[in-house]
Amino acid sequence: MNDMRDLYEELILDHNRNPRNYPKKPTDCNCTAHGHNPLCGDEFIVNLTVEDGVIKDIGFEGAGCAISTASASLMTEAIIGMRVEEAEKLFGEVRHLLTDDDENEQQEHGDEEVLGKLSVLKGVKEYPMRVKCATLAWHTMHAALLGDKDTTTE
Amino acid sequence: MNSNPHMLEQNFRPDTEQALDLQALRADFPALHQEVRGHPLVYLDNGATSQKPRSVIDAIRHYYERDNSNVHRGVHTLSERATLAYEGVRKKVRNFFNAASIREIVFVRGTTEAINLVAQSYGRPRFSTGDEILITEMEHHSNIVPWQLLCQQTGATLKVVPFNEAGELDLDAYHELLGPRTRLVAVVHVSNSLGTVNPVAELIAAAHQLDVPVLVDGAQAVAHRKVDVQALDCDFYTCSGHKLFAPTGIGVLYAKEALLADMEPYQGGGDMISRVSFEETRYNDLPYKFEAGTPNIAGVIGLGAALDYLEPLDMTAIGAHEDELLHYATTQLQALPGIRLIGTAAAKASILSFCIEGVHPHDISTILDGEGIAIRAGHHCTMPVMTHYGLSATARASFALYNNRDDVDALVAGIDKVKEIFQS
Ligand SMILES: Cc1ncc(COP(=O)(O)O)c(C=O)c1O
Repeated sequence: MNDMRDLYEELILDHNRNPRNYPKKPTDCNCTAHGHNPLCGDEFIVNLTVEDGVIKDIGFEGAGCAISTASASLMTEAIIGMRVEEAEKLFGEVRHLLTDDDENEQQEHGDEEVLGKLSVLKGVKEYPMRVKCATLAWHTMHAALLGDKDTTTE
Repeated sequence: MNSNPHMLEQNFRPDTEQALDLQALRADFPALHQEVRGHPLVYLDNGATSQKPRSVIDAIRHYYERDNSNVHRGVHTLSERATLAYEGVRKKVRNFFNAASIREIVFVRGTTEAINLVAQSYGRPRFSTGDEILITEMEHHSNIVPWQLLCQQTGATLKVVPFNEAGELDLDAYHELLGPRTRLVAVVHVSNSLGTVNPVAELIAAAHQLDVPVLVDGAQAVAHRKVDVQALDCDFYTCSGHKLFAPTGIGVLYAKEALLADMEPYQGGGDMISRVSFEETRYNDLPYKFEAGTPNIAGVIGLGAALDYLEPLDMTAIGAHEDELLHYATTQLQALPGIRLIGTAAAKASILSFCIEGVHPHDISTILDGEGIAIRAGHHCTMPVMTHYGLSATARASFALYNNRDDVDALVAGIDKVKEIFQS
């Protein structure tokens, strides 16, 4: 029970109940991608407005579990106003927080200061089957910035 | 709740639990006796795969420790032992299904391979543009995709029998769709996402009136019901060992001998031939014509041990025990606010799919796992069923002979936890 609260922290439940920037597609949106987790059917569309390398606006649509929805919602709050490179770097941090991914060895590990509120996702690490839920929106954001229309967590 | 008179009758048969000595049965399954995340395991994911009794694990170990060798290929003692054991299981399978002959029993990897075999060996050389294959809206992907591939290959068309809100096949639609162009009917015996028990005997009889053969996907039926292929008069029956207390990677295709005899081989290779030259190859007799290459010998031995395990148990008593549990669980879940049951057919077996308002099935499953309770969350490889109900996933508890009321009580308590966490 207690460890379940570590996963389903109040912040996650709150962002699941009331996702921010959702459902939203900025009128001047110029980067969008559709993300799908075939394992559980979670599906999101991430919509961004990028100008001069800066994420001016962001929103998402679709439906998923509490972990994927909260992660998407927290992501929109975190990266709005960031430069594209900063958003990508933050994705690396989040991935590292969730998986100890060696790819990101160069980066400072799970830097709570960089991650801020996103640190709340750390409980997901104990549930490897759910890591894809937490990263779905991030992969989709990444695909949108690269100009790929579709991505899956496979 | 709609009540199936048969189910109710069995529900309250007082001698069921005694007849099945549950405690003794549970003790036979080593995997059931462990802790998961600090709680005793409550295994309610039998629809995905069942646990294995000690005797099955021991039989596989014994085979590898004593008898390991190739089958049908050697005259030395080990090969003889392995071959006798392997072929002995074919007889057990024949008995289990009451097939007319061992020539009708083909060992395959599982239900998926059995259906692909029928599609490619029976359907591909026979079907062409204008022909129709009739399936239902509640099929597992493994009873959809092989037919879609076959349609692409032959120009045949797939027709789909719908089901109603309760998850019962629309029999009027079935009779309408069944027609002069129908070349094959493929239908699930027990739905893995709804629990519906389909009236397969009736469907088969109607198809046979038009000389249309019928394949029954028995993946979810065989561990819960006595299946008599001659009484059903099905043309093909498929199942997976791993849902029947046997290992993964082994399954059975039953097919009527006359059909098998006329079918093309599925794969070419060793064991399936009687004579090979570069000019001409003659195929082996049934069923070996369909078993190319070294088979899953240990898997077959494990399957034999699983059937031996079931032999002294009465399948009817097992079914009655599971129906009683399903009824108990259904009643409990229905009493909880915010729960929606998916699949409320009058005739159901061993499967309880549900949704909790405002909670995604994956979150349900993770929280239950935290209580040591294993259920399945997802689309259960039946995406059209999910689409029917406008869902992307359900949570599913599925029972086997070793489950009991304590398991159901744990599930209900677990669901309370889910709601508590999500309502905070
Ligand atoms: C109804 C049904 N059909 C077919 C299958 C496929 O079985 P397997 O994956 O063992 O081939 C399953 C199992 O998931 C099933 O439940």
